[in-house]
Amino acid sequence: MTSTTLVPDRPAGDRRPARAGLPLTRVSGLGLGVAMVWFSLLVLIPLAAVVVTASEGGWGGFWRAVTNDQTAATLRLTVGTALLVTLVNVVMGTLIAWVLVRDRFVGKRALEVLIDVPFALPTIVAGLVLLSLYGPDSPLGVNIANTRIAVFLAFLFVTLPFIVRTVQPVLAELDPEAEEAAASLGASRFATFRRIILPSLTPAIAAGAALSFARAVGEYGSLVLLSGNLPMRTEVASVRILSSIENDNPESAAAVAVVLLAVSLAVIVLLDVIQRRVMRRG
Amino acid sequence: MSIEISHVGKRFADFVALDDVSVSIPAGRLTALLGPSGGGKSTLLRIIAGLERADTGRVEIDGVDATALPPQQRNVGFVFQHYAAFKHLSVRRNVAFGLEIRKRPTEEIRRRVDELLALVHLEQFGDRLPTQLSGGQRQRMALARALAVEPTVLLLDEPFGALDAKVRKELRDWLRRLHDEVHVTTVFVTHDQEEALEVADEIVVINEGRVEQIGSPDDLYDRPANEFVMRFLGPVTQLGDQLVRPHDLRLAVDPADGVPGRVSRITRIGFEIRVEVTTADGQSVTVTLTRNEFLALNIETGTDVRLRIAPDTPTTQLSTHAPTLRTALTPTH
Repeated sequence: MTSTTLVPDRPAGDRRPARAGLPLTRVSGLGLGVAMVWFSLLVLIPLAAVVVTASEGGWGGFWRAVTNDQTAATLRLTVGTALLVTLVNVVMGTLIAWVLVRDRFVGKRALEVLIDVPFALPTIVAGLVLLSLYGPDSPLGVNIANTRIAVFLAFLFVTLPFIVRTVQPVLAELDPEAEEAAASLGASRFATFRRIILPSLTPAIAAGAALSFARAVGEYGSLVLLSGNLPMRTEVASVRILSSIENDNPESAAAVAVVLLAVSLAVIVLLDVIQRRVMRRG
Repeated sequence: MSIEISHVGKRFADFVALDDVSVSIPAGRLTALLGPSGGGKSTLLRIIAGLERADTGRVEIDGVDATALPPQQRNVGFVFQHYAAFKHLSVRRNVAFGLEIRKRPTEEIRRRVDELLALVHLEQFGDRLPTQLSGGQRQRMALARALAVEPTVLLLDEPFGALDAKVRKELRDWLRRLHDEVHVTTVFVTHDQEEALEVADEIVVINEGRVEQIGSPDDLYDRPANEFVMRFLGPVTQLGDQLVRPHDLRLAVDPADGVPGRVSRITRIGFEIRVEVTTADGQSVTVTLTRNEFLALNIETGTDVRLRIAPDTPTTQLSTHAPTLRTALTPTH
C-alpha cells in the first residue's frame, strides 16, 4: 500500500546480555553474604522466633488464641479499619499529591513541610494531640474518645504522608506532553486521567498503600490514649499483644502477631497483583 | 483543510511570543514554520492545535472558527519533539488510542492499526513498549498515532529535533514522501533552514513573534524580504553595504571592473574552497569556490584580485542603523 521505503529496522531492546546464572565474583559474593546475614539478623530470625512461639501450643493452641472472642474482635477492628484507612488514603493521598504538584497557591511550601509532620512526630505525641483536640475536653466540642472513630482517626493521622510522598515524585516526573497528545487525540480530561495518568501512578499508589496499611496495622502510640482500649469495642491488635504479654501469655501474643504478619503479607502481594493488572490494562 | 490565522497575539507574562501574526496555510501542502529558538513558531503551532490559547486574534481550520475550541474537538494530529509516547502502552495500543477514544469497533481498529504500522514500517514492533524502540522508531509511532484519527491537519513540533543527524535526514526524506502519499495539510516547526528548504512546499519565517516572510523555498532563497531572512537561510558575507552569499561572488585576476582586494587566506573544506579577500578599505570578504573554479583562477595568498557580485543573485542592502528592538515597542492590544 505504500511505496515509501526506509532502511530496515534492527530490533532494539534485547541489547543487554543476560546476567542471571553467571557465577558470582568474589566481591559480589561477599556483598550478597553480608546482605543476607544482615537481613537474617534483623528480619528473618525474629520473624521465625515469633512463628515458633506462636506454634508452641500446637495448631489447637494457636487457633484457640486467635479465635478467642476478645482477640478476634481486636483483629477484625484493626484489619478492617486499616483497610478502610488505606482506601481513604488512596483517594486523598493522590489528591493531595496532585494539588502539591500541579497547582500553585500561597502556602504551598508550608503544606509541603506539614505533610510530613504526622510521620515525623513521635506517635505518642500524636496521640496526645488527638486526645487534647478530640478528647473529653475538646476545644472543638468534638468528643470521640473511647469510640472506634478514634481508632480510624488515629490511623488516618499517622498514615497520611505515605501515599502523598510516594505519588508526588512520580507525578512530578510525568510527561505533560503525553497528556497533551491524549487531548489532541480526543481524550477528555477524565479519560486522560484514567488511561494515561493513573496507570503511571498505580505502582506508586500501590507502594504507598502497602506502607500505609502496614503502618496502620501495627499502630499503637497515637491511638492508645484516645481509643480507651475497651475490650470488644476499641481495643486494637497491638494493645491486645501488650496485654497478653502482661498477663504472661506470650503464645497468645505471638499468635496475634503471626496473624498480623500474614495479613500484611497478603495485602502487599494483593496490591502488587492489582498494580500489574492496572498497568497492563491502561 | 486550510488554516487561516488572523491577527494572533500571545504573551507569557512580559514576554511577547506572538505579535499580531497573520498567516494563511494552504490545504494539502507541507508548510514549514522556520525561525530561531524562542521566536514564537512553536507557540503558533500549539495555538493551532488548541494546546495554547491565543490572547487575541482568530484561528480558522477548514473554514470553521476554532479559536475557542478545546484540542479534543479540533481533529488535529500533533507530533511532539520528544515523542510523548504513552509509555505503559504497547506500540499498537499507542496507535489505537485515538480510535479507542472514539469507540470504533474492535475489528476496524485492528485493521486500521495494521495499515498504519505498515505505513510507518513498524509492523513487527506492534507488541513492543515504546521504551524498546529507537528514537526514530518512536517518532514514526507518534506519527502513526497522530494519523490514526484521520486529522484535518497534521502538526509537527520540531519532529526530528531529538534525533541524530543520520536518522534525521532519513526521516526528513521519508516525511516528504509520506506527505506526497497522504496529502494531509501538514505544518511542521523547525529551526533548521536546510530541513525547511528541503522538505517544505511553503515556508513561513518567524522571528521575535512576527512573520518575516512567507513563500516557497525558491522565493525565500532567491528573493529574501529582508536582512534577517537573508542571514537565516544560509551563509552570507558582506561586500560594501551589500549582503551576498559567498558562492554568488565572482573572483577575477585581471584588473577588469570590480572591487579590488588581496587574498588573505585560503581554506579547503571538502569539495569547496573558501577564499578570504581583504578589500582596499579593509573589509574581509568570504568567497566560496568549487575546486575547479579555484584551480582555473590559479591564485594563492597575497594575489591581487577583483571581486564582483554575479548577475541575478539575491543581495540585501545592509541597514545602516542598529536593528530596532521590536518586542520592547509592541503596542498593547
